[in-house]
Amino acid sequence: MELAIFIVFAVTALVSSIVVVAHRSPVHSTLSLVVTLLATAGLFILLGSPFLAALQVLLYTGAILVLFLFVIMLLNIQRERASSARSPLQTWGALVGAFVLAGAVSRLLWDAHAESVAPPLTETFVSLRGVADQLFTTYLLPFEMIGLLLLLAVVVAGWVAKRVRAEADEESAE
Amino acid sequence: MSHELLDALAKMGFWLALLLQVTPIMLWVERRAPAMMQDRLGPNRVGPFGFFQAIADVGKFVFKEDFEPATANRGLYLLAPMLALVPCMTTYLVLPFGPELEVAGRTILSVVIDSDSGVFVFLALASLGVYSLVLAGWASNNKWSMMGAIRASAQMISYELALTLAVVAALVPAGSLNLQRVVEQQMDDRLLGFLPAWGVFVQPLGFLVFLVAMFAETNRLPFDLPEAESELVAGYHTEYGSMRMAFFFMGEYMNMAVLSALAATLYFGGWSLPGLDLTQYSGIVPGLLGMGILWAKIGLFLFLYVWVRWTFPRFRYDQLMRLGWKILLPLSIVNLVVVAVLVISGRI
Amino acid sequence: MSVPIAWYLVLAAALFCIGTVGALTRRNGIAIFLSIELMLNAANLTLAAYSRLLDDRTGQMVVFFALAVAAAEAAVGLALFIAIYRLRRTIDLNRINLLRW
Repeated sequence: MELAIFIVFAVTALVSSIVVVAHRSPVHSTLSLVVTLLATAGLFILLGSPFLAALQVLLYTGAILVLFLFVIMLLNIQRERASSARSPLQTWGALVGAFVLAGAVSRLLWDAHAESVAPPLTETFVSLRGVADQLFTTYLLPFEMIGLLLLLAVVVAGWVAKRVRAEADEESAE
Repeated sequence: MSHELLDALAKMGFWLALLLQVTPIMLWVERRAPAMMQDRLGPNRVGPFGFFQAIADVGKFVFKEDFEPATANRGLYLLAPMLALVPCMTTYLVLPFGPELEVAGRTILSVVIDSDSGVFVFLALASLGVYSLVLAGWASNNKWSMMGAIRASAQMISYELALTLAVVAALVPAGSLNLQRVVEQQMDDRLLGFLPAWGVFVQPLGFLVFLVAMFAETNRLPFDLPEAESELVAGYHTEYGSMRMAFFFMGEYMNMAVLSALAATLYFGGWSLPGLDLTQYSGIVPGLLGMGILWAKIGLFLFLYVWVRWTFPRFRYDQLMRLGWKILLPLSIVNLVVVAVLVISGRI
Repeated sequence: MSVPIAWYLVLAAALFCIGTVGALTRRNGIAIFLSIELMLNAANLTLAAYSRLLDDRTGQMVVFFALAVAAAEAAVGLALFIAIYRLRRTIDLNRINLLRW
């Protein structure tokens, strides 16, 4: 049963991730990434971490990728024209390099962990309380810093977008 | 099949049977209530009080021509209306509707998924609702639809922040993300000796923020900018007709219903009523009663939706953004801090 | 039957490499950004898998922080894209060569 669910999610993630990088239309790419992320959220649940799954759906698909779609639509980015600057050599080089990398890494991981068996899931590992306990004690400082980082990101994002608009307006006025 | 699976299916069927009634009934309410407010008659020909008007409306949707614009992006155009039903068809799973039931010697929980990250799951699934609007607008390949989609994406992200922070504050007194614990806490405590410890009395500010954000999340007036008839024809669903249009309607009304259910659970004691101990009954009676009480509260919220719709004018887009980011978000943070301080000092 | 952890790791490696190909071959700024998000996601999957294998919640914590940083990164990155688009009317990275010589 668990194996069947894993295979469904894994195949979905692989296929949709290939669509992400292969599709020329940015909207379709973004949507396939949504599917990849949802499939990964499913895998997180299988890995005994419903917290991460919910966070992934809430934060990634519910907010970040909607932001991507918003920007794509706002700038009205059309589908990419056939590549002129990238030679086929570069594309094939990247593909072959990636395959070699994937093969090597997979082989290493397989050799290291083919025999490893995960310990049985415990209540404390899955529970939200356990996550919270660790987050607000051991990792309190990083947690606070992340809060600061997010605040900074909001301020900077607003500032960048606003400042350039002012400059562009000046240029068009001249 | 195992007992757990059968129980879950029965509970889901129970919920869905009620949820699916929301759309036709609301179609009728949405015509009769404004007629009452504006001193008109409203539809009164089809059945008593025009009640079968809802059936006539559904019939109209079914028999209309299924139209598809030639320049639309076909796959996504067809997908979008179905996605409209994703949030409302999944989020009710974590909403409790009664105390533990004793049926045929087994204990059954009155909630489909009893998870300690219940509200978290609710919010995550609800946040997927924006995709239906954005895709509908983009795939229609129509500039009105596109404008609606852009507005929808920005609006829903902005108000989700305030909504989530209000929800977090509402969970603090219960100390759990499990909605059943939230209801129990509101049921057991008393404020000042006589008031039920409902969220709305503990944190009126948080409830206000939640209410406003709830209207914005469901794209209802005064925040219906993604569809704004007088500006964008019909916004993101301009190019939709017949059953696909009906799907958007169903999605909208059922989303209103599940968000109302969350509001009732967080701020109005959910399935409990002060002075009524549901556990004195046996069998599935407490579950049925709890469901009835919860749906009565949902009904009040749905009426509030209609009432507000015919009372307030639509916001302008910059006003919408200012309200979301500069007023609601700071208010929700203030509310969270106040509630946290009150809880730590032991006053709640 | 429970799924061997190695499968998760190999799957994550494959996803990561697909993301790498995308980041190297695409020219559209948004598409490259999406590929990078894909690589980040693969890394998160690896961390979650190791967290399960070692029965240690530290991996989950790192994923939590990675998600939060990804949110900040997306906000700033997309703001930059909007800014570049306003100035140059394109986000084709071959034609944004301000820093090249």
